[in-house]
Amino acid sequence: MAKLPDGDPAPADGRLPARAGTGADDRDLGVYVHVPYCRVRCGYCDFNTYTAEELGGTSRKEYIDEALVELELARSRLGEIDAVRPVSTVFFGGGTPTLLPPEDLVRMLAGIRSTFGILPDAEITTEANPDSVDERDLAKLRDGGFTRVSFGMQSAVPHVLRTLDRTHDPKRVPEVVAAAGRTGLEASVDLIYGTPGESLDDWRTSLEAAIELDTAHVSAYALIVEDGTAMARNIRRGTVPPVDDDLQADMYELADVLLSAAGYDWYEVSNWSKSGAESRHNLAYWTGQDWWGIGPGAHSHVGGVRWWNVKHPAAYASRIEQRLSPVMARELLDDETRRTERILLETRIRSGLPVGVLEADGRRAVAELIAAGLVDAEAALGGRVVPTLRGRLLADRVVRDLT
Amino acid sequence: MSPRAATPLEPARTDISAIRNFCIIAHIDHGKSTLADRMLQLTGVVEERVMRAQYLDRMDIERERGITIKSQAVRMPWAVDGSTYALNMIDTPGHVDFSYEVSRSLAACEGALLLVDAAQGIEAQTLANLYLALEHDLEIIPVLNKIDLPAADPQKYAEEIAKLIGGDPDDVLRVSGKTGEGVDALLDRVVRDVPAPKGDPDAAARAMIFDSVYDAYRGVITFVRMMDGSLEPREKIQMMSTGATHELLEIGVSSPEPAPTKGLGTGEVGYLITGVKDVRQSKVGDTVTNHRKPADVALTGYEEPKPMVFSGLYPIDGSDYPVLREALDKLKLSDAALVYEPETSVALGFGFRCGFLGLLHLEIISERLRREFNLDLIATAPSVVYEVQTEEKNIVTVTNPSEFPTGKIDKIIEPVVNATLLAPKDYVGTIMELCQSRRGSLEGLDYLSEDRVEIRYRLPLGEIVFDFFDHLKSRTQGYASLDYEVEGTQEADLVKVDILLQGEQVDAFSAIVHRDSAYSYGVLMAGKLKDLIPRQQFEVPIQAAVGARIIARENIRAIRKDVLAKCYGGDISRKRKLLEKQKEGKKRMKMVGRVEVPQEAFIAALSTGESKKEGK
Repeated sequence: MAKLPDGDPAPADGRLPARAGTGADDRDLGVYVHVPYCRVRCGYCDFNTYTAEELGGTSRKEYIDEALVELELARSRLGEIDAVRPVSTVFFGGGTPTLLPPEDLVRMLAGIRSTFGILPDAEITTEANPDSVDERDLAKLRDGGFTRVSFGMQSAVPHVLRTLDRTHDPKRVPEVVAAAGRTGLEASVDLIYGTPGESLDDWRTSLEAAIELDTAHVSAYALIVEDGTAMARNIRRGTVPPVDDDLQADMYELADVLLSAAGYDWYEVSNWSKSGAESRHNLAYWTGQDWWGIGPGAHSHVGGVRWWNVKHPAAYASRIEQRLSPVMARELLDDETRRTERILLETRIRSGLPVGVLEADGRRAVAELIAAGLVDAEAALGGRVVPTLRGRLLADRVVRDLT
Repeated sequence: MSPRAATPLEPARTDISAIRNFCIIAHIDHGKSTLADRMLQLTGVVEERVMRAQYLDRMDIERERGITIKSQAVRMPWAVDGSTYALNMIDTPGHVDFSYEVSRSLAACEGALLLVDAAQGIEAQTLANLYLALEHDLEIIPVLNKIDLPAADPQKYAEEIAKLIGGDPDDVLRVSGKTGEGVDALLDRVVRDVPAPKGDPDAAARAMIFDSVYDAYRGVITFVRMMDGSLEPREKIQMMSTGATHELLEIGVSSPEPAPTKGLGTGEVGYLITGVKDVRQSKVGDTVTNHRKPADVALTGYEEPKPMVFSGLYPIDGSDYPVLREALDKLKLSDAALVYEPETSVALGFGFRCGFLGLLHLEIISERLRREFNLDLIATAPSVVYEVQTEEKNIVTVTNPSEFPTGKIDKIIEPVVNATLLAPKDYVGTIMELCQSRRGSLEGLDYLSEDRVEIRYRLPLGEIVFDFFDHLKSRTQGYASLDYEVEGTQEADLVKVDILLQGEQVDAFSAIVHRDSAYSYGVLMAGKLKDLIPRQQFEVPIQAAVGARIIARENIRAIRKDVLAKCYGGDISRKRKLLEKQKEGKKRMKMVGRVEVPQEAFIAALSTGESKKEGK
C-alpha cells in the first residue's frame, strides 16, 4: 500500500485555520466519498480498500452512518471558516462503491444535499464494477440524483483481465453501459494499459472495444506496479514479466491516436472526453478547487490546507464513534508550496498553466521544453504551458524542469 | 589493578639505562590498540574509569576503521625486581601508505613487539614492517594476541613466527589484550630484552621528529626522540632541514595526556610545542637541535614526503568550491604529505588535483572532507605519475590523464612497485593469475609455513591503484594480504582511453592504460555507464576512444515515459513529495553537456566490479 505522506498533526476536532476559508466563494466545493470495500483484492492494487476478511469487526452496513457523521463534522468545520456552499461535484470512489446497496449511496447523497445543498447542474458520479451493478441498481442511483457512472472496464482482453485479477466477463461491459444509457446516466470507462503480458494489439482491442461503447468519457491509466502489491512480488519472483516503459509509451500514443480519431480529446494526461463531458470532479483536483474527502484514508483540500484521514476502517469507525475528527495528519501549504503544486497540477491539463505562475528559471525552461518538443509552442506564445503528446508522457520531467 | 612502579621516574632526570623505547608492529585488527589500552591500565597511567576503548586512536575515522593513522608516544612506569623503568611506547601507523612515518617511528625505538593475531597468523603488512624493524636493528619480541579466542591456534602461529625470525616457538609470548592475560609478563620482557638507548648526553642536542600532529588549540605538537644531548623549556630550537628557528613554548611527555616537564634527556621520547600552525614547519624525519649550540650534522634518514597517487576532488555542488579550498588548507596543517593544486574539469567543473601517499591516504582525506566539512565530493580515478617523452624529446610529467600529450609519443616511464602478497597456499594460482593480468612479473615465492605462502611480484603502480586490492580480496575470500613499496620505474606501452558522451569527451572518465587492455577498459566503462546513467529525453551514445579511433560503443535509448500515476483520491501531497525527491536527485546530478550524470555514475564507474542499476 502506498505510504501516506507525513504531515503535521491535526487538532483532535479537525478545526481549520481561518485562512482556509479565504476566497472560498471563488472555488468549487466537491465531496469525495471513499468506500473502502472490495470483493477481492486485485494483485496490482495499492488503494485503501479491504475485503470482507480483512475488515475485522467493522461492518459495511454501518458505514454510511459513519460517513454521515463525518459529513456533519465537515459542515461544522467549514461553517467556522465561512466556507459552506452548495457542492458542484460528488464522487463515490473506492474500493467498489457499488458493493454497498444503491439505497446506501442514495442515502449518503441525500445527506450531502440536506447538509450543503447541491447545485442544479452538479456532477454526481459513482465508480462501479461491471459485475457489481445491474440496470435496476443504476435506475435507483439515477432516481436518487446520480448523473454519471464510471465503470472499471480495465481491458477487453480476457488474459489481461485475469492478470489484473478482474473477475468480470468482458461481455458484461457493453450491457451495463447500455443499461446506464437507458436509465439516463452518463457513462465513462476506465482502462489500464501496460499490464504484464499485454501486447500492443491487446491494447488496441481494448481501446476499440471502449470506443465501440460510445461513452462520453474514457480514462486510461498506465499500470504502475507499486511496492508491496502481489504483482510486485510476482514480478520480483519472475512469475510475471516486468512492465516495459517503452511499450507503455507506445500504448499511450496509440490511445491518443485512436481516441482522438473517435472524437475524444485529452483534457488531462490520463483522461479523454467528448466535448463538454470532462469530469469536473477530476478537474477539481488539478485546478486547486476545494473538496472534502469522507471515509478512511480519504484526502481533502480546502484553501491551501490538505489533510488525510486515518486509513483503516476500524480506526476510522472508532474516531467517528467518539465524535473525534478522523484526520490523521495535515499540511498547511505556504505560498511557495502552493505555487509548486499549481505547476505540478496544471501542466497536466489541456487548459495548461499560466506562464506567469513560473519564476525566471521556470520561464527559461519553457523555451528549452519547446525546443525539446515537450511543450506546445503555440499555447506557450499565448501565455500557457501545455504539454505536447511527448510532453504528457514525460510530465514528471516537464514539471521538474519548471519548478 | 595498581601500578607496579610506586614512583615514576622524572623526565629529563632519568638515567638512560632505565629507558626502554619500543613500538608495536601489527596488522589492522590484530588488536594493537586493545593491547596498548591494557598496558596503559596495567602501568597505572590511565585509570580504569577514564579508559576509553582504544585510547590511543584519537580520530573518529580511525576508531571506526580500526586503524591508527597518526602515531603518538606514551610514557609508562614499570618496575622489575625493585628497579623502576620508563617505558616509551611509540604507536606506529599500520598502513602501507604511511611507510615513511613507520620507518621514522622505528628509528625512535630500540625494540618492537611483533604482534600477531593467534587466530589469523602474520599478514603481509606486518611482514613488511617487520623487515623494516630488522633493518633498524630493533630487538623483536614476538607476541601472539587474542589467545582467548576459540579459534586461536597459538602453537601453529608460534612456529610460523619462530621460522620467520629465528628462535624457539616457546619464546613467543601469548597474551590477550581483551582479558589482560600475559600483559604483565610482556612488560617484564620489554624491560629485560629491549636495549636501553644509546646516545651522547653531552653532545649538541639532536632530536628526531617521528610525528607531527596539528591541534586546533595548541598548534603543531611535534613528537621527538632525543638522540643526543637534551632540550629544555624556553630554549630556541632549530629545524636542521630548513634552518628555521622556533621558540620552545612547551616540552613534555604524554602519559597519555601531555604533561610539561623540565626537559627531555638523551634517549627520552616526548613532545615539543613551538606555536607553529602548519605541520610542514615541523616535518617527520627532520632533526631538531639547539639554536644556540647547534649540532653539526643532522640525523640520517630524512625524506620529503612524496605523493604517489593522484586524484581530482570535485564538489558536487560547484558553489562548494571555496569550502573545499578552505577544507584542504585546514587538512594540510595536520598532514604534511597532502599536496593539491586547483584543477578544472570540463565534466566536473572546478576542483583540486590532490597528491596522496597511497590509496588509503586518499580515502581518509576524502572521508574527512565529507565528514568534517560536510562536502559532497566526486573523486576521479586514481592515477600515478608518468613521465611521457614526446617525439620532440620533451618530457611531460603526467599526473592526470588530461595532461597526456596528444602528439606522437616516444616513450612512457611508469612507477613500479615491489609487492609482497601473503595467502594460504590454495590461492597461489588465483593470485598469480591476477598479478599476471596486471603486467606483474614474479620475483619469488616462499612457504612461510605448511599452508601459507609469500609471493613477491614486481608490478606497475598504475595497475594496483585502481581496483587491484578489491580483486585480490574477492578472489581470495579476503585471505590474502598485500604490501608494496615503490621501487623504480620502467618503460611501458600505454595509451589514453577517452570516454565520450554524445560525442563530448568526459575528462573525468579518461584513463591511462596499457595498450593491450585499452579495448577491455573501453568496453567495461561504456557498459558500466550505460547502466549507471539514467535514460534522458534524447538518445545518448557512449563511446570509448583511443585518439580518434573509437574502440567501444554503447547507446542509452531516450526515455519516452516517466510515471503517469493516477492521482489517487486527490493525494496531491504524495505527488508533490515525489517531485521534491526527484528535484533532490537532480541536484546530485552533474551536467555533462546536456546529459545528466548522477554522482553515483562517477563513483561506481570509477570503482571496481560490475555495477547494477538500483530500482527506479
